[in-house]
Amino acid sequence: MDMGFVLTQAITQAIGVTAIIYLLATMGLNIQFGYTGLLNFGQIAFVAVGSYAIGVFLIQWQQDPWPNWMPWPTLVPNLWVAILYALLLSVALALILGIPTLRLRADYLAIVTIATGEIMRLAFKSTDPLGGSQGINGKMGQDFYDLNPFPQQDRFDFGPLSYTRADLWVVLVGWVVIALLLLLTWALMRSPWGRVLKGIREDEDAVRSLGKNTYLRKMQALILGGLLGSLSGIFWAIAKQSVQPDSFVPAFTFFCYTILILGGAARVMGPVLGAIIFWFLLVFIEQFLLLLIDNGTITFLVPTQVGPIRFILVGLGLMLLMIFRPQGILGDKKEIALDAR
Amino acid sequence: MPGDIAAQAVSALASVTPEPGAAKPDPILVADGVNRHFGGLVAVDVTHVEFQKGAITALIGPNGAGKSTFFNLLSGFDKADAGTWVYAGTTVTNTPPHRLARRGMVRTFQLTKSLSRLTVIDNMLLGAGEQTGEVMLASILPFLWSGQEKKNRERAMVLLERFNLAAKADDFAGSLSGGQRKLLEMARALMLKPNLIMLDEPMAGVNPALKQSLLDHIRDIREEGTTVVFVEHDMDMVRDVSDWVVVMAQGKVIAEGRPDTVMRDQRVIDAYLGAHHDQQLTDSGETRTEGTTS
Repeated sequence: MDMGFVLTQAITQAIGVTAIIYLLATMGLNIQFGYTGLLNFGQIAFVAVGSYAIGVFLIQWQQDPWPNWMPWPTLVPNLWVAILYALLLSVALALILGIPTLRLRADYLAIVTIATGEIMRLAFKSTDPLGGSQGINGKMGQDFYDLNPFPQQDRFDFGPLSYTRADLWVVLVGWVVIALLLLLTWALMRSPWGRVLKGIREDEDAVRSLGKNTYLRKMQALILGGLLGSLSGIFWAIAKQSVQPDSFVPAFTFFCYTILILGGAARVMGPVLGAIIFWFLLVFIEQFLLLLIDNGTITFLVPTQVGPIRFILVGLGLMLLMIFRPQGILGDKKEIALDAR
Repeated sequence: MPGDIAAQAVSALASVTPEPGAAKPDPILVADGVNRHFGGLVAVDVTHVEFQKGAITALIGPNGAGKSTFFNLLSGFDKADAGTWVYAGTTVTNTPPHRLARRGMVRTFQLTKSLSRLTVIDNMLLGAGEQTGEVMLASILPFLWSGQEKKNRERAMVLLERFNLAAKADDFAGSLSGGQRKLLEMARALMLKPNLIMLDEPMAGVNPALKQSLLDHIRDIREEGTTVVFVEHDMDMVRDVSDWVVVMAQGKVIAEGRPDTVMRDQRVIDAYLGAHHDQQLTDSGETRTEGTTS
């Protein structure tokens, strides 16, 4: 264990599967909160829908003795159809959350979404056909891994970074999908449609008085952000080949907010920068502390304490960021200095 | 000719009897039996009121008279408990504000709602109506809307020029002064090419120099054929700019008339100053003393 190992670990994680999962969900939040001002505190609910849809359609329904009057398993012949259903389910969730709350003040959406995330986690955890507390494990997304174009070999090395064949494929596709979605976000947000969303964030009544249907635009933003959240869940299920109910905790959404504010809200590249820096710091601090404990520099800590301590240190860093650079890394200081309305 | 519309409106109003609920020769907005109560408090109870097309009508009244609530009802920002109102021949009772705005009935707010973290020009462009690029699916195909956007931008710059905000076009709206925000809000409403513009206290918190230019802008708007209805406390402004005045008190329309005469109306004076304002307190005191002694 040396400094090179610490850095390699940190870089690998900063652009790795977990960072991609958080990044996709955060890009959804950026559209909802960053641009439109919708307080979605339950992005994890969309992630869970994506993950569970993949797990249930591809594993549970194929192996469990499912009631034979349910024709659905035959309707999910492969991963791609499962992904389509997962996305449709997340649209349905956005509609269920949005229809009663988007006409009300912003806080109502926040309350409903945070509750929905927890309700879904607990409901999934206690429903055996959905895997119960064991979650769903098994080969998900074989169709995806079958497309892997890389030659059969054990490891692929890029300088200090080293990937297995499957990991390389997963990470590569993840970043390509992210690049395309960033392009989409950029195109949407520079358009008059994006301008209406930003107007809604600033003052919804003013936008309504100018003849815009704000309810429709808020619903579109909620659905679009939810779709990105659900993609994050789909990617999660495929990449980790496992869906665990207790991964879908409210803290996930709060980390997404942290990433968003760190990178700069309402900036297309904000979530990317935020996710990379967040995971780099988290892993770097962890590995660095482990290194120091390992070579005896730090004697007052044991390795099991490192996990919690890295979050304390990252939290401290974020507090400093908020004090000295409240607009985030990509934000505009002038913009944040303006009073909100 | 727009200028003629304004002149016609003024001459048409000359023959109207100055009575509450008076019928106008060519009303653009007619409200009937509009009622709004908050619990036991009746905020608005307007039996009948008409607003003349092409004129500048002021809606005045003491604090708590229900002017702003009435405004909110008419513009769809609040729901009435009873009543109907007709705008340009169509019943628009409780129609949502964005539909009203698309029909050409636009309002501004007492507390200016400039969109702070949008630039001045973006504020203006947001005002433009019927934008293809505001449809989600069309928005990612710039060739569908870039031509329209360019035309809107040109029109916005002309308006900004007129309202002395052209130099600020690329600044955040949040960096403008209070008065400039009022101007921006008015200019933004004009982007919609409204037939009827409803201004909620356009002079609130504006310095005297800017007041004069705001008054000129309001007159210009009328000259272009847009009907103006505004709520205002500033009596000088009301006298200066309005063709017709509607006075509200305790939720009801209590008087109407031309600005010079309505100010002398006993009902209006009573509403503002109280019915017994011209009786001397000492006199009534003496009367009471006499009463007790005799």
